[in-house]
Amino acid sequence: MASVHMTDAINRPVDYSDDVIRYGVIATMFWGIVGMLAGLFIALQMAFPLLNFDLPWTSFGRLRPVHTSGVVFAFGGNILIAASLFIVQRTCRARLWSDGLAWFVFWGYQIFIVLAASGYVLGITQGKEYAEPEWYADLWLTIVWVGYFLLFMGTLARRREPHIYVANWFLLAFIVTVAMLHIVNNIAVPVSFTGVKSYPIYAGVQDALTQWWYGHNAVGFFLTAGFLGMMYYFVPKRAERPVYSYRLSIIHFWSLIFIYIWAGPHHLHYTALPDWAQTLGMTFSIMLWMPSWGGMINGVMTLSGAWDKLRTDPVLRMMIVSLAFYGMSTFEGPLMSIRAVNALSHYTDWTIGHVHSGTLGWVGFVSFGTVYCLVPTLWNRPRLYSMKLVSIHFWTATIGIVLYITSMWVSGIMQGLMWRTYDKLGYLQFSFVETVAAMHPFYIIRALGGGLYLLGAVIMVYNLWRTIGGQLAANEPLDGPVPATASLARA
Amino acid sequence: MSALNDHGVIERNSILLVVLSLLVVSIGGLVQLVPLFFMESTIEKVAGIRPYTPLELAGFNIYVREGCYLCHSQQIRTLRDEVDRYGHYSLAAESMYDHPFQWGSKRNGPDLARVGGKYSDEWQAAHLKSPRSLVPESIMPPYSWMAERAVTGSEIEKHLKTLKIVGVPYTPEMIEQAQADFLAQANPTGDTSGLLARYPGAIIHVPVSGGTEVTELDALIAYLQMLGTTADLKSYDEIAGRR
Repeated sequence: MASVHMTDAINRPVDYSDDVIRYGVIATMFWGIVGMLAGLFIALQMAFPLLNFDLPWTSFGRLRPVHTSGVVFAFGGNILIAASLFIVQRTCRARLWSDGLAWFVFWGYQIFIVLAASGYVLGITQGKEYAEPEWYADLWLTIVWVGYFLLFMGTLARRREPHIYVANWFLLAFIVTVAMLHIVNNIAVPVSFTGVKSYPIYAGVQDALTQWWYGHNAVGFFLTAGFLGMMYYFVPKRAERPVYSYRLSIIHFWSLIFIYIWAGPHHLHYTALPDWAQTLGMTFSIMLWMPSWGGMINGVMTLSGAWDKLRTDPVLRMMIVSLAFYGMSTFEGPLMSIRAVNALSHYTDWTIGHVHSGTLGWVGFVSFGTVYCLVPTLWNRPRLYSMKLVSIHFWTATIGIVLYITSMWVSGIMQGLMWRTYDKLGYLQFSFVETVAAMHPFYIIRALGGGLYLLGAVIMVYNLWRTIGGQLAANEPLDGPVPATASLARA
Repeated sequence: MSALNDHGVIERNSILLVVLSLLVVSIGGLVQLVPLFFMESTIEKVAGIRPYTPLELAGFNIYVREGCYLCHSQQIRTLRDEVDRYGHYSLAAESMYDHPFQWGSKRNGPDLARVGGKYSDEWQAAHLKSPRSLVPESIMPPYSWMAERAVTGSEIEKHLKTLKIVGVPYTPEMIEQAQADFLAQANPTGDTSGLLARYPGAIIHVPVSGGTEVTELDALIAYLQMLGTTADLKSYDEIAGRR
C-alpha cells in the first residue's frame, strides 16, 4: 500500500461487480410476490376455511411457513444479500473479492429457498418457527452463509477507504449473528442420513428458550440490523445529506446488538420458563427501546435541511416512513414485552399486527426504497420509469398496512379480553369458539389490507419492468430525484 | 468522550470489528441459555412423566409435520382464566421429552396442553376429518385424508433410537419392542401387557377404520388423547416447583 502509486490507485474508478446484484434484485421481487401471495392466501383461509381444500399440501399449517420463509428469508434475504454486496463495494471502493463466490452465494441461496419451500408443502419440517427447514437444507445454508461471510470480509479487506462505513458494521453484525443463531438453534440428529426427518437435540423448556433466542434475534439481526445497514447507505445517499450523528451511530450500534440478544424470553411470559429468565427478557426488551430509537432518529434526522425532498421524492418518502414504522413497532415491542401487557397480547392477533407493522412498514418499505434506488443505477437508466407509480405504490401499500395493523389490534385485544371475561356468577363468559367467530370481520379486513400491499408490490414490479426496458413515462408531474440517482451511479 | 474517538481503531480493522461484534452478541445467550441446561431446578419434579409410546410418537410427528403448533399452543400460562379454561398450568416437566417443544405462539384454536381425555376418540376422529360438522364456527383445516394413510410402525424403532441419542430415556427393551408396542396400542383385542409395563397408563385405542388397519388419524388421536394426562398433578408440590 505504501507505494508511490497509491494516489493513482485510489483515484482510479472501480469496475464494480454488479451482475450478481442485478440477479439479486430480480430474485427479491420474484420471491416478494410469491411470499406475499402465500400470505394473502393464508389470511383468506382464516376468513374462509374452505380454502384449505382438505388436501395435505394446501392446509394452513403447511402454507404458513411458505409465507413466513418466503417474505423473511426469500424476499428479505435476497435484498439483504444484493444490497449488502452493492453497499460494501461502494463504501470500500473495491470490487467484490470474488465473482465466482458471489455467484455461488446467489445461486446457493436460491437453492436453499427451493429446498426449504418444497419441503414445507410436502410436510418436511423441523417444526420450529422461522427455522422450519430440515437438517439437509440447514447444512446447505450453513455452507452458503460461510461463503457470504468470506465474500463480505474479503471485500472489506480490499477496501481503499481506511474506515469501514457504519452500514457495513450493521451488515457484518447481521451476517455473523445470523450464522451463530442458525447453527445453535438447528443442531439436530437425523433419523437416517438418507431420510429427511431429524430430531432437534433440545427439548421442552430449553428448546423453547433456544428457539425464541433464535426467533427474536432473527427479527433483531435479520430484519433489523441488516436493514439498518441498508438504511445507513441509501437514506443519506438519496437525501444527499451525511448521516445525522456519527456518535449516535456508534452508541446505538453496540447497544442494539448487545441488548437484542437478551430479549427472547419475552415470548415465554407466564410459561414454564423459570421466572428469572422471563424477568431478564422483559428488562432487556424494555431497554431495547432506546437503541432502536437511536437508529430511527439517526435515519430520520439525516433529512435535516432536506425535508422538502419528502414532498418531491416518493422513494425517499417511502424510506422515511419505513423509519417511522420502525420507530412505532420498536415502541410497541417493548410495551408488549411487559408481563402484564403480554398476559393480554400473547397468543392473539395483536402479535401478528405488531410483526406486520415491522415487516410491512419497516422491512418492506426500506427494501422497496432500496430497490427503487438500485434499479436505475444497476441498469444504467437515467431514472425510474414513473415516479407517479412510486407514489401510487406508496399510498396503496400504506393504506394496506393501516388496515392490516388496526384490524389486528382490534381483533387481538378483543380476543384477549374475551378469553379473560368472567360473568356475574364467576364463570368464563365466552367459549373459545365464540372468540374465533368474533374475529371473522377483522380477518376479512386484514386480508384486504394484505391484498392492497400486494397490489402495491405488483405496481412496483411493473414500474421496474418498464424502467429496465429503458422507458420513461411522459408528463410526469413529479420532479423526480434525477440528481440523487445520477450521483448514486457516479459513486 | 474519548472512548468514542477511539472507535476509529475498530473501524479500521475488519477482523477486530467481527470479533468484538461476536463477543458482544454472545453474552446474552450465554447468560440466559446455558444455566437452563445445568440448573436442576429448571425442570420441576413431578411424578408420572414418561416418554411417548411408539404410536403416540408417530402422532407427535404428524402434529409437527402438519404445523398444528402454528394455531394451537400447548402451554397453559399461570393466569386465572387460563387455568379455569384449560386446567392446571403447564409444567416444564410435561414437555421435557418433546423434540422440538410444542408450546406454540398463537391461539387460532384453543390450547391443547390438557386436551387428552377431554373428548372421545370418536369425537376427535369426526372433528379432525371435518371440524365444521361439529363446530360450525371453527376455522380449522379438515384432515380427512389422514384416515386413508396407513401406518405400520415399521420405521418407528429408528425414531426411538434417535430420540435416545438426544436424551429421551428409551430402554433397549422399548426400542426392541417398538413396532410391537406400536401395533398393540391400536389393537384392543391383543396382548397389551408388555406395552403397559413399559409405558404405564398408556391408553389402548380402537382404530378409526373399525378393523385392524392403523392410519395416521389413529396415531394423531393417540397423541392428542395423552396430552397433559401423565403428570401426577395431585401430588405435585407447587411451592417446591417455584423457580
